[in-house]
Amino acid sequence: MTTSTGAKSAAETTDPGNWTNRLRGRIEGLVPPGEALPDRQPIYVASWIYVFGVLTLSSLAVVILSGCVLAVGGVQWWHVSSLGHYVNSVHLWSVELFFGFMVIHLWGKFWMAAWRGKRAMTWVSGVLLFGISIGTSFTGFLSQTNFSAQWIAGEGKDGINSTGAGAFFNVLNPGQMLLWHVVLLPLVVVLIVLIHIIQVRRHGVVPPLDADLEG
Amino acid sequence: MTRDRTPDSHDFPTRRYDLVKEFVITLVVVLVASLGLAAIFSSPDEKPITMSAWANADPNNLVTTAASELAGTTTSATYGAPYNSNSEGQKLGPIPLQKWGGVRIPIDSADLVLGPLSNTTNDPAVSSAVAAWKAAAPEQQTKWAADYVDAIGAAAADGEAATGAGGDPANVAAGDYGPVPALSAGLLALAKTGGLEGALDSAGNFYGGDTTKSLLLLADGAYLEDQAVAQNLAGDQWGMMNEVGNAPGQPWMWLYTFWYQIKPFSTSDNADVEVWALMMLLTLLLMFLPFIPGLRTIPRWIPVHRLIWRNYYRRSAGRP
Ligand code: HEM
Repeated sequence: MTTSTGAKSAAETTDPGNWTNRLRGRIEGLVPPGEALPDRQPIYVASWIYVFGVLTLSSLAVVILSGCVLAVGGVQWWHVSSLGHYVNSVHLWSVELFFGFMVIHLWGKFWMAAWRGKRAMTWVSGVLLFGISIGTSFTGFLSQTNFSAQWIAGEGKDGINSTGAGAFFNVLNPGQMLLWHVVLLPLVVVLIVLIHIIQVRRHGVVPPLDADLEG
Repeated sequence: MTRDRTPDSHDFPTRRYDLVKEFVITLVVVLVASLGLAAIFSSPDEKPITMSAWANADPNNLVTTAASELAGTTTSATYGAPYNSNSEGQKLGPIPLQKWGGVRIPIDSADLVLGPLSNTTNDPAVSSAVAAWKAAAPEQQTKWAADYVDAIGAAAADGEAATGAGGDPANVAAGDYGPVPALSAGLLALAKTGGLEGALDSAGNFYGGDTTKSLLLLADGAYLEDQAVAQNLAGDQWGMMNEVGNAPGQPWMWLYTFWYQIKPFSTSDNADVEVWALMMLLTLLLMFLPFIPGLRTIPRWIPVHRLIWRNYYRRSAGRP
């Protein structure tokens, strides 16, 4: 990296005792130089299947965006406003697209055995995303303040309670569920998505099965 | 699979690729698709069931439910953790997971009736019924309530003959039911005014954000379930993944929902915890699939990757 540090000597900017230097070193080491946003990809990156990871990411953006608009109006706004109802529909349908793209992405990565070459943790973070996303959508259905939410809460409580988790995670309490839905779980999802994407950029796109450079 | 000999991706020849453009285009596509699907298919929004709707549509059931809460025989009254200690709860084999969670949301089922009536009534008949109930010994209370529930009975259904008064509190045989008929009728009257939810959920704290009590009472009755069954939402109708109307619901729950439809789960008393455990196990299998011999080799046996990377393989086919 070239820096215009002026008076500082090289020893000062690499001083390992300096916490800031250490953090910068960590961040810079996450992804190899130039690989965070490269303008070239290996030649084998030429298939529609690669678009589905990005489609999942874009749908997540639309999910969060429409969710934020719903949040502006408040919990019950969408029952009384036709605009609110439409925004709710956008939120629902972007969620359906999100899951659809994610499942295709998952199967794509499965058939490509995309966990090869030290990429196992990318796969693991992906499965975590799948599971936590399901939990997030479940709390969303519980936060609807309508008949569906009543019924899903009444049925869902038995599953959660049977594991003992119901003592801490009360699906009959829409206030608690709403906060999980709009704060806690989205934070976790976004955080893991960040990790997932850094992992992808760190290792580069997985080469085809049996690809042999020496050939 | 032998040792992982996947080469470093950075050593391959490259082609031009615009990640940001790809993201922006997909974002626009998804945004337009979501706006369009929302415009065409909308989203379901059925009004919540109210206590007064239940009281008006099925008053007999509400009265029976109230008496059953007092008798301690409803689903919630006999639930176990996290609401009370009246049952062991579900177990995974010998492991009482449900019990281990603890009674952290304590709910006394009789309070679902007595709580609202003690706080809100200005009807002297109800006030003296509450006082009579509170003055009686527990065995007497239970006997009154259980006798009254039996006396009301149920209408004939599914080939079974009617019992008691056929489910109609107006026709019960004379007997000693103590204050239970007055309490049950009082709850019905309160429900009809539309004030029962508030009395259950926000009495004493003004803010009614927690609907645990209302939902337990509602779910103990038959009205909520009748409405759901009418919309094909019951558990044995794949209800967990379906939404009202033709909306898509949660199709990603299909596997979780599937297990409930088949034996041994469909007939097990511990189905909920068993299905959960199975799903956790399957999720762990999926998560650690890269480390599981056999499973991780499936993509080699069924070579879908030949299709995905066909250009690459064609180009490198000439080489040894
Ligand atoms: C919120 C959900 C997810 C988002 C936003 C997401 C996003 C992405 C993106 C943008 C890429 C790079 C482009 C591509 O190869 O498609 C990627 C790669 C990858 N994803 Fe995901 N993903 C998600 C869920 C999953 C799931 C559920 C799995 C599998 C269980 C998974 C496994 C992988 C793997 C193994 C790679 C690396 C592929 C390679 O090196 O070629 N992801 N993901």
